[in-house]
Amino acid sequence: MNPALDSGMAPVATPWFFYVLAGLAVASGVAVITRRNAVHAALALIVTLLSVAGLYLMLYAPFVAGVQIIVYAGGIMVLFLFVIMLVNIERSSKERRFNRIWPVGLAAACALMALFVSAIVKGKTVLADPMTGKALWPDIIGRLPESSNTQQIAGMLYGEAGRMGQYTFAFEIASLLLLVAILGAVIMTKKKI
Amino acid sequence: MLNQFTSYLGSNLTPGTANNQLWALMYVLIIFAGVSVAVICMNWIERKALAHFQVRLGPMRVGPHGLLQPIADALKLMLKEDIIPAEADQFVFWVAPLIGLLASFTVYTVIPFGPSQAVSDMNIGILFMLGVSSLGVLGIVVAGWASNSHYPLIGALRSSAQMVSYEVAMGLAIVSAILMTSMNASGTGTLSMIEIVRAQQQQHVWFLFKFFPLGLIAFAIFAIAMVAETNRAPFDLAEAESELTAGFHTEYSGLRWSLFMLAEYAAMIAVSSIAVTLWLGGWMRPFPNLLSAPAWDFIFSLFPGLTFGGLAAIALIGTARMPAHSFFKIQRIGLAVFAALLGFIALLLLVIAVAGRSADTSLAARFNQGIGYVYWFVLKIAVFMYLFIWYRATWPRYRFDQLMRIGWKVMLPISLGVLMVTAIVGVLVK
Repeated sequence: MNPALDSGMAPVATPWFFYVLAGLAVASGVAVITRRNAVHAALALIVTLLSVAGLYLMLYAPFVAGVQIIVYAGGIMVLFLFVIMLVNIERSSKERRFNRIWPVGLAAACALMALFVSAIVKGKTVLADPMTGKALWPDIIGRLPESSNTQQIAGMLYGEAGRMGQYTFAFEIASLLLLVAILGAVIMTKKKI
Repeated sequence: MLNQFTSYLGSNLTPGTANNQLWALMYVLIIFAGVSVAVICMNWIERKALAHFQVRLGPMRVGPHGLLQPIADALKLMLKEDIIPAEADQFVFWVAPLIGLLASFTVYTVIPFGPSQAVSDMNIGILFMLGVSSLGVLGIVVAGWASNSHYPLIGALRSSAQMVSYEVAMGLAIVSAILMTSMNASGTGTLSMIEIVRAQQQQHVWFLFKFFPLGLIAFAIFAIAMVAETNRAPFDLAEAESELTAGFHTEYSGLRWSLFMLAEYAAMIAVSSIAVTLWLGGWMRPFPNLLSAPAWDFIFSLFPGLTFGGLAAIALIGTARMPAHSFFKIQRIGLAVFAALLGFIALLLLVIAVAGRSADTSLAARFNQGIGYVYWFVLKIAVFMYLFIWYRATWPRYRFDQLMRIGWKVMLPISLGVLMVTAIVGVLVK
């Protein structure tokens, strides 16, 4: 569809953008839990979400990036702020931020990180497929062409040319789950239906 | 560097897709300058038009017919003392206008002023526009909170509730237009702004008139929702001056306040361009398929020059009608110079139209085409911008409960219905 992109033109300054975006995501992620002021934390969370959207763009997933911006940064965070603005900042800033089980939380976080790191390190050797010897993480990362990304995702989710998509069932189940959650919220807020 | 500059000239891709950073940067600068100038013009036109709606004269003192008033306003705003309330949250107060400004200007990267006259053609074009323009509300919400004052907070709460509710109807109206893009030969729809306009050309119809009442209803819902999204009258509850002083920007002054205004007007142009792209054929001139002979191309390419010629004529009439008193001598000279400038632009555009009338690929012809695309796109946006002023002069402000009722109980069901019927009709027609 688009000759310039399909000819495999190299993206510009990729490592630089990756480190800037990743650094921004981590730094603002830390700010989310360390800020005393809830609105500052929410703003930092928005920065995190936007830089994650940028990372999606670098993974050649523009549709996911767009949805990330529109749903999380645009929709959910506005509702968050809407609620947080009504919180009494004076009082909440004096309360204890971390309760007493923080060592347990820290241990859990460290364990999760160790798991991730070991999966990345051992993925190529120890965790490789014993039958074929293929690594857990393939070396060449397949990517959807950017010029028809949305169309390809639609094909996977809804199927094309009369055949069901790869993820149609999972997608429909997930939307049913969300529908149940919405109905639950309505029932909980309404006394009489 | 020079190679990068010249290699793009023959291309019919946007600089973003052609991977040409130099031209992308140039387009960004041109669009930024153009939008800023448009906001200045809009400021003058709004004050003048509102005044005439209310049988007043409007600005008349600074320059002939107040033409230099926006410049005087801008100077005043820059020199004004910039006050940050002592109890305000300093950092958030400082960053809030920038969030709004960033959101409304980032959107311009995908607005297609022509098939190659856009910074970039993204596969997710319209989704990107919706997402980024919805970030603009963050600026308003955060500004209201950071001011640490009652009226701004109420204004911010109102505007966030309003924007969240109208975004739903707006999104559904947009989806029904996107469904129509899949009605072409290849059978795949698109989110790319440029491809959406191309789809309208291929289907020989503006989506406004597609499946007759359906496109029109979806467009009407979008046209209402976009006024609510930009916080303009009659939906300007966030800054209702009779109730909330000035709403979310009560505590702002000077340059920061003007950044909010700039963001608001830039957002108005941006949402108008979404409407133009989706329903009104984008950059296409009227009847591009029906009247496609080169003679018609030539006649339509005269329009930009004639428009400026008309403006020059109006300015000339104004010069002739100036009172003969010696007080008005400088004003009369100024207006005559302005008329001459407009006339010069008109002449230049006509010369380009004549030079580029052959349908070959020479630079003049391409330039002529480009001017035509941008002219028709901007003309369609200008209609919307005038409508914004007209609404403001005509309708009283809604009450908040009325606003919510219209949003959730009227517009949302209608837009859902239109979406379903469009889908069904689309399948049946195919």
